[in-house]
Amino acid sequence: MSNSTGVSARGKGRAGFGSAFPVAYERARRRAGARRAPLNLLLLPLLYVTETFGAINETFHEWWIRQPGWSRWTVYILLIVGGVLLPSEQVASFMSPETDWATLLFFPIGGYVLLAIGLNVVVGQAGLLDLGYVAFFAIGGYTMAVFGTKYGWSFWEILLVGLVLSALSGVVLGAPTLRLRGDYLAIVTLGFGEIVRITANNTEYIGGPNGIGGIPHPPSLSEWAFPDAFPFNLVGLEGVQPLSYGTLSAHSYYYLMLATIVAVIIFAKRLERSRVGRAWAAVREDEDAAELMGVPTFKFKLAAFAIGAAIGGAVGVVYASQAISIIPNNFPFILSATILAAVVMGGSGNIPGVMVGAFLVAWIPERIRFFGEYRVLIFGAVLVALMVFRPEGILPSRQRKAELEEGTGGMGSMGAEVAGPTADAEAGR
Amino acid sequence: MKATHNVHNFLEQFWPSTVDGLALGSIYALIALGYTMVYGVLRLINFAHSEIFMIGTMAVIGALHALGVSSLYGGLGLVGFVIVLAFLAGLASGASAVVLELVAYRPLRKKGASRLAALISAIGASLFLQQLFARIVIPEAFDLPKEKGALPVQGHFVERDNVIEIGDLVISNDKLIIFVGAILMMVALDQFVNRTRLGRGIRATAQDPETAVLMGVNIDRIVTATFAIGGAMAGVAAALFMLRFEEAKFDVGFLLGIKAFTAAVLGGIGNLRGALAGGLVLGLVEMYGAALFGTQWQHVIAFSVLVLVLMFRPTGILGESLQQARA
Amino acid sequence: MERLGTLRRNKMRVTGAVAVSAVLALSAVGCGGGDDDKGSGGDGVTIGFLGDLTGENSGIVIPPKQGAQLAIDAYNATNPKVKITLKTYDSQGKGEQAVPLAKQAITKDKVVGMIGPAFSGESAQADPVLEEGKIPNISASATNAALSSNGWKFFHRMVANDNVQGAGVGTFIATTLKAKNVFIINDQSEYGKPLSQTVKAAAEKGGAKVTEDAIDPTASDYSAAVNKAKAAKPDAIFFAGYYAAGGKLIKQLREAGVKGRFLSGDGSLDKGLSAGAGGTNADGSLIACPCLIDPTGKAGEASKKFAEQYKAKFNAEPAIYSAEGYDAATAFIEAIKAGNTTAEKINEYLKTIDVAGVSKQIKFGANGDPAAEDVYIYEVKGGTLPLLGKASEAKVS
Repeated sequence: MSNSTGVSARGKGRAGFGSAFPVAYERARRRAGARRAPLNLLLLPLLYVTETFGAINETFHEWWIRQPGWSRWTVYILLIVGGVLLPSEQVASFMSPETDWATLLFFPIGGYVLLAIGLNVVVGQAGLLDLGYVAFFAIGGYTMAVFGTKYGWSFWEILLVGLVLSALSGVVLGAPTLRLRGDYLAIVTLGFGEIVRITANNTEYIGGPNGIGGIPHPPSLSEWAFPDAFPFNLVGLEGVQPLSYGTLSAHSYYYLMLATIVAVIIFAKRLERSRVGRAWAAVREDEDAAELMGVPTFKFKLAAFAIGAAIGGAVGVVYASQAISIIPNNFPFILSATILAAVVMGGSGNIPGVMVGAFLVAWIPERIRFFGEYRVLIFGAVLVALMVFRPEGILPSRQRKAELEEGTGGMGSMGAEVAGPTADAEAGR
Repeated sequence: MKATHNVHNFLEQFWPSTVDGLALGSIYALIALGYTMVYGVLRLINFAHSEIFMIGTMAVIGALHALGVSSLYGGLGLVGFVIVLAFLAGLASGASAVVLELVAYRPLRKKGASRLAALISAIGASLFLQQLFARIVIPEAFDLPKEKGALPVQGHFVERDNVIEIGDLVISNDKLIIFVGAILMMVALDQFVNRTRLGRGIRATAQDPETAVLMGVNIDRIVTATFAIGGAMAGVAAALFMLRFEEAKFDVGFLLGIKAFTAAVLGGIGNLRGALAGGLVLGLVEMYGAALFGTQWQHVIAFSVLVLVLMFRPTGILGESLQQARA
Repeated sequence: MERLGTLRRNKMRVTGAVAVSAVLALSAVGCGGGDDDKGSGGDGVTIGFLGDLTGENSGIVIPPKQGAQLAIDAYNATNPKVKITLKTYDSQGKGEQAVPLAKQAITKDKVVGMIGPAFSGESAQADPVLEEGKIPNISASATNAALSSNGWKFFHRMVANDNVQGAGVGTFIATTLKAKNVFIINDQSEYGKPLSQTVKAAAEKGGAKVTEDAIDPTASDYSAAVNKAKAAKPDAIFFAGYYAAGGKLIKQLREAGVKGRFLSGDGSLDKGLSAGAGGTNADGSLIACPCLIDPTGKAGEASKKFAEQYKAKFNAEPAIYSAEGYDAATAFIEAIKAGNTTAEKINEYLKTIDVAGVSKQIKFGANGDPAAEDVYIYEVKGGTLPLLGKASEAKVS
C-alpha cells in the first residue's frame, strides 16, 4: 500500500512467482512445492485441479478479449437470463437440498456477492485494507429499518437515503484515517465496525440489542407472474411473481438483488476504466509515485471508501427490507472477514473473480450442512488450502497478476522473502 | 448531574481500576508481542495468533488434568507452579505457531503471494483451529458430548489472597504475579533480541531482508524463530491468564487477540517496547473508560482512543519497527 | 454455468426418455408433487424442529428437541392412523439461516407445525415467515416479551415471557429476599438487557434501590463491573445473561470480596454455572426460570413419569426446556389425534387446547403466550440445581 519506506523497496527484485503461461507456472510451482513443503505433495490432486482451472480461465480470457462487441453482449444477456432462471427447482435439488434455494440466492449468496463487489472497490481497486466493511452494511440496514418503521417511507426512497448515508459514513470514517498506512487502516476500520455495532446495541432509539422489527417490504411493482410457458415451465418457475414482495416470496427478492448486482457491476466496470479507476490503480501500485505525478491520492482514496460504503449500504437496505427484523448481532466482525476472504480468494480486483469467491463462501457452508457441526472446521481448512495453492485467487485480475510478478501485488508481499527457487524459475523462463 | 455522578464513580474506583487495568494490560502486552514480532519480520497480521494463545490455555488445562491437580496453590508454591505451567504452555504455543507458519504461511511466502492472501490464510487457520478444539479436541480430551465442546473448561488451582493492602489499593497475588511476570518476560525478550546472535538476525531481517540474506542470514530459520518466540510469549500469556481466570474456551483468544493487536498498533507495531506500552495503556483506558461511561462502552472507548492516538502519532506511541526497539 | 451443469446431470440420470418430457417430469417432482402424501392427509404428517442444534448454545436446544422426540416416538408407537415425523432444522441460532430453513420447511417439506425457533433473535426473523406460511409454531424456549405483541396468529410458546419472569424474580428479590440494595448486571444481549429492565422495574416497585452495569460475555475480564458492584455493596446481585458468563462473573465477584446473594434467570439455569464459578462460590445462588426442570418428580406425578421415560431413552436427566419441548410436541399430537392434519386446522385447535402437560397446563392466550405464568426458583447446591418451588411460594434458607 503506501509503501513509504520499507515494503516497496523490499519488493523490488523479489520476483513473485506468477506467470502468464499456466503450464510453466504449474510445473515450476510443483517443483517448488515438492522441494520445499512435503505437504504440497499430499495435496497434489487439488493443486492439479486449481491449475487446470487456471489454465482454462487463461484460455477463455485470451478468446474473450478477441471477441467483437456484439458477441460479448450476447454472453452478458445469456448470463442475465441464466441468473433469472437460476432459482429453479432442478438447480435447487442439487445446490441446496436442505434449505430454501431462492432465499439462499437472495441472502447470503446474492448479498455476499454484492458486498464483495463493493469491498472490491476499496480493497481490490484502491488497495485499501478494510476490516470493518460490515459497518456500512449495518448502516444501510438500520436506515431501512428506521425510515421504514418510524417514518413510513417507502423502500425506493429509503434506498436513496441509505446510499447517501452510508457513503457519508464512509467519508466520516475515511477523512481522519485514510492518511494512515495500510495495516493501521486495517485495525482502525476493524474498530469502526465494532463501534457501529456496539453503538447500535447501546442506543435505545433503534431498539438496543432487540434491534428493529416490523420493517416494511418494498411495495409490489406488479402482480405479474411468469407464464406457464417456455422457458419458465422447464425449470419450475411458472407462477412465480417476480415483482411482488412479501414474506414468503423468495424469488422476487432474489430478482431485486440480481437487478442491483447488474446495476452495480455496470457502474463498477465503468469506474474501473475511467480516470478514477486508473487513479486507484496508481494509488494501489505506488502511492508516493502517484502523488508525485499529480494524482490527488487522498481524494481518490476517500472516493473509493465512499463508493464502497454506498454499495455496502445498498445491500443493507435490500437485506433489511426482506429480513423484517434486524438486530446488531446480524453485523458481527466475522462477516467483514468473510467478505474480505471472498474478495481475496475469488481474485482481488477482478469482478467475476470476487463474485465467484463470494458465491463459494456463502454457498459452501450451506451445501455441506450434512457435515453438521464440522462445517465451519472444513470451511476454515478450505480457505487455507485455497490460499496456499492459489494465492492470487481463483480468477485473478490480469492487471493484478502482472503486479504480482513485479513483486508487490499491490498490497505488498510478506517481508523477508528470499530469492529462492521461485525466482530462479522466473529468471530461467 | 449524571456527569458528576460518573466522575464520582471513577474516583471511587480509581485504584481497583488501575490494578485491574494493569493486570489486563499485561496480558494484552504479552499477546501483542507475538503480533508485533511477526509483523516486524513479515509485515503480516497473524490473525491466528489468538488461537495460538487459546492453545496455551488448553495446554494449562491439560496439564492440570494430567497432573491431577486438586489442591490450591498459594504463596511461593504458586509462583513455582505458574513457572512450570508457563513453560508447558509456552512450549505448546511455540510449537503450534511454528507448525502454523509451516502450513499456512510458508508456502505463500515462497510464492511471493500478496500479504492479503496471507491474511485470508490466517483467518482460515483461525477458524479451523477454533473449531478443531470446539468440535474434536475438547470433547475427546474431556469426554464431553460434542455440543459441550463449545463450553468453557475449568481447572482450579489458585489460592487467592491479597498481598498488598493500602487503603483502596488492594493487589491480590494473582494480579501481582501477572504484572511482574509480564515485565520480566518483556525485559528478557528485549535483551534476547538486542544481545544474542539470533536476536541480531531477527532485527536485521526486520530492517532489510535482502541485505540480511546477502549477509548470510538464513531467513527461514529467522522466521521459524520469530514464530516460536512470539508463540511462546502467547503461551506464557496464557498461563498468566489462567492464573487469574482458571478457565479456557475455544474462542477465548478472539477478543483478547483483537485487543492485543490494537495494543500492538497503539504502541507502534513492530516495536517490542511499544507492545508493552500499548498493552498497559489499553488496559488502563478500558478500565477507566468503563468506570466513567459504563462497561457497555468499554470497547468503543478502546477503539476511539486508538483512532485519536493514530491521528496525532500515525505510527503509534513509540513508533514502529523492531530494529528501533533499542530507543 | 452451474445451472446448465446441473440440468445436464439431471437429464443424464433419466436415460432413455425424451429429453424434454424428462425435464418436465423432473420439474413436477421438484415442485413437490411427490411429497403430497407426506403433507396433508395420508399416512403421516411432518412436524419441524427449528433451532441451534450444533452451534454454541445448542446445549439449551438439544434437551427440548429430545423432549419433543420422546413425545412423538411414544405417540407413533401406539400405531396411530396418522404418524408424525419429526424433522430437525439446524439454524445455529442465526436468523439468516433460520429464514431459508423455515421456507424450506413450508414449501418443500410441507410441515404442518413447527416446534421453535428456539431463540428470540431468530424468532423475530423466522416467525413472520411461518405466520405468512400459516404454519402453527410453538417455541419451547424463546422468551423475549416483544414476540407475542406482533399480533401473530400462528405464534405460540410453552414458556412465560421475560416480562413475566422479570416481574416474578424482581418481586421475589424485593419481597421474599427483602433486599434493599440490588445490583443488576446484563450481558447486552437481546435476552439479557430487556430482562434486566423488567427485573429493575419490579425490584424498584418493591422498594429496593437498584444500580446497574453490563458485561461483554465474550470477554474474560469482568473487573469493571465487579468494581462497581463492590462499590455499591449490594444485598442481592441479579445477572441477566447466560451461564457461561454467569459462572465467570460469580467467580470474579466472590474473589473481589463482593458479598450479597447472586441471582439469575433461565439463561443461567445450568450446571455449568457452578462449575465456572469454581469451588463453592455459586452455592446458595438462586436461579429463576419460567420452565420446569424436575428430575426427581417433586412437582407431581406427570413430571415424575416424564423424568423416568426421558432417562430411559436418552440416558440423561431432563435438562432445561426438555419438558417444554415435550409439551410443545404434545400440543401438536393432541391436535392430530383430534383429526386435524392440516396446518390451519391444527392452528384452530391450538386456540382451544386445554390439556395437562408436564411443565404446565397446555393452554394458550390469544397472543400465543401460555396461560400459566408460573416462575420457578432453583437453588445452586454443589453441582445440582434442586427446585425450590414457585417464585411466589418458594422458601429460602
